[in-house]
Amino acid sequence: MKPSQALITAASVLALATLAGCAGSNGAASSTPSAAELDAMAQQMVQQSFHDKGIVKVSQALATDATLKACNQADVSGTPLDAATMRALEAENFKTIQWPADGKYLGDWKSGEKIAQSGRGRTWTDKADAANGGNCYNCHQITKEEISYGTIGPSLYHYAQAKGVSDPSSPQAQEMVRYTWGKIWNSKAYNACSNMPRAGHKGILTQKQVADIVALLLDPKSPVNR
Amino acid sequence: MAVGWTCAATLAHAQKTTTQAIDEYREMLQDGNPAELYEMKGEELWKKARGPKNASLQQCDLGLGAGVTKGVFVQLPRYFADTNQVQDLESRLVTCMSTLQGIDPKEVVNGQWGKGERANVTALATWVAAQSKGMKFNLPQSHPQERVAYELGKRAFFQRGGSHDFACATCHGEDDKRIRLQDLPKLTGNPGDGVGFAAWPAYRVSNGQMWTMQHRLNDCYRQQRFPEPGYASPITVALGVYMGVNAKGAASAVPAIKR
Repeated sequence: MKPSQALITAASVLALATLAGCAGSNGAASSTPSAAELDAMAQQMVQQSFHDKGIVKVSQALATDATLKACNQADVSGTPLDAATMRALEAENFKTIQWPADGKYLGDWKSGEKIAQSGRGRTWTDKADAANGGNCYNCHQITKEEISYGTIGPSLYHYAQAKGVSDPSSPQAQEMVRYTWGKIWNSKAYNACSNMPRAGHKGILTQKQVADIVALLLDPKSPVNR
Repeated sequence: MAVGWTCAATLAHAQKTTTQAIDEYREMLQDGNPAELYEMKGEELWKKARGPKNASLQQCDLGLGAGVTKGVFVQLPRYFADTNQVQDLESRLVTCMSTLQGIDPKEVVNGQWGKGERANVTALATWVAAQSKGMKFNLPQSHPQERVAYELGKRAFFQRGGSHDFACATCHGEDDKRIRLQDLPKLTGNPGDGVGFAAWPAYRVSNGQMWTMQHRLNDCYRQQRFPEPGYASPITVALGVYMGVNAKGAASAVPAIKR
């Protein structure tokens, strides 16, 4: 919709509230719509509120998959997902992980550091062909040298040590190397409602960029592990 | 961004020193908040006869009766019978400009930040909000539409989306979190006096602009990789109700100053 319609249609969403209230379950003076009615109204509100801008299209940006839908509902209700649902959603996400075609999990840690520093890409003020950053430092401590880091995610300083990896090319390290790749590619494969973006799955980062970040985290020469 | 601050920090206890340096920087900014200029412009716009109807806004009802400005900000957004809508300060000002002065709402809704009638609403909102400085937030929830708006705002707050799966809650759902060095208020409850909902409109030093809550939400959604919400669109008002009700008891610091 056009922005000019927004103010006018604001009335229709909230007027719906009155109708829904009248149709309340017990027919008495109930003025609270049911959770399902509120969900439907919220969906209508979203449709009426947003418009395409720059490279961000409403149809793509607000198309929720089963994982997001379940996690959103859990947050709104305050009841976390049960273990079986979590596992099923994680399995679905795991299937989407693309493993490196050449079997090379570790790229260049120096390039990985640059990707981790960059928070650019995919906003309505970004260009479609601009290189996307990984946004890593926004939420994680990574190297000791960069003190401007966020705390939404856990610290990744000394990541290899914490994961017991001394030589990423050794056979015993392969499980953790694969996990690190998979976590960056699709974080929801390991924690269905993780706050972390699904960098590979959503096409934010390329295979090469993912390999470079894996190297930043696991290469013994990376400042992360020094 | 942090270069200027971190240079002053010694390597030992760098983290603590950086945080202290930022606190000092913020304190320094409090002297001579340029928001005062917007307040003055807003007061002038409130009293001046303007628009096709050549009228002032002095008969505008912001929730506590025609012409009352003190105390209205800490009770907005709220339900208005004449429009049959829950409205925030900015959408209500647009209504008054339309009904009293004959100014087309499209001039604001389709306008640009810092320009024309939208800039006028920013100045008006800054002045009106400043009349409630120090007062505690206490949004009404007695009307059914106000309670529905809260529930819709809650759903908006937890809605993951965009290429990065970010929701408002991703950054503002827990205590004591940061993006880089920026502290993030937890907005599912009262984050404290003058923080979060109780801090906007605020003057932003980094870009030299006065930002209203509509502007703040617009840029949050941009960084969230969401599409753009319309100015005063239902989702922005519902989010205001959700955050405002949650902030009950928080004292308003508006107009605040931000980095």
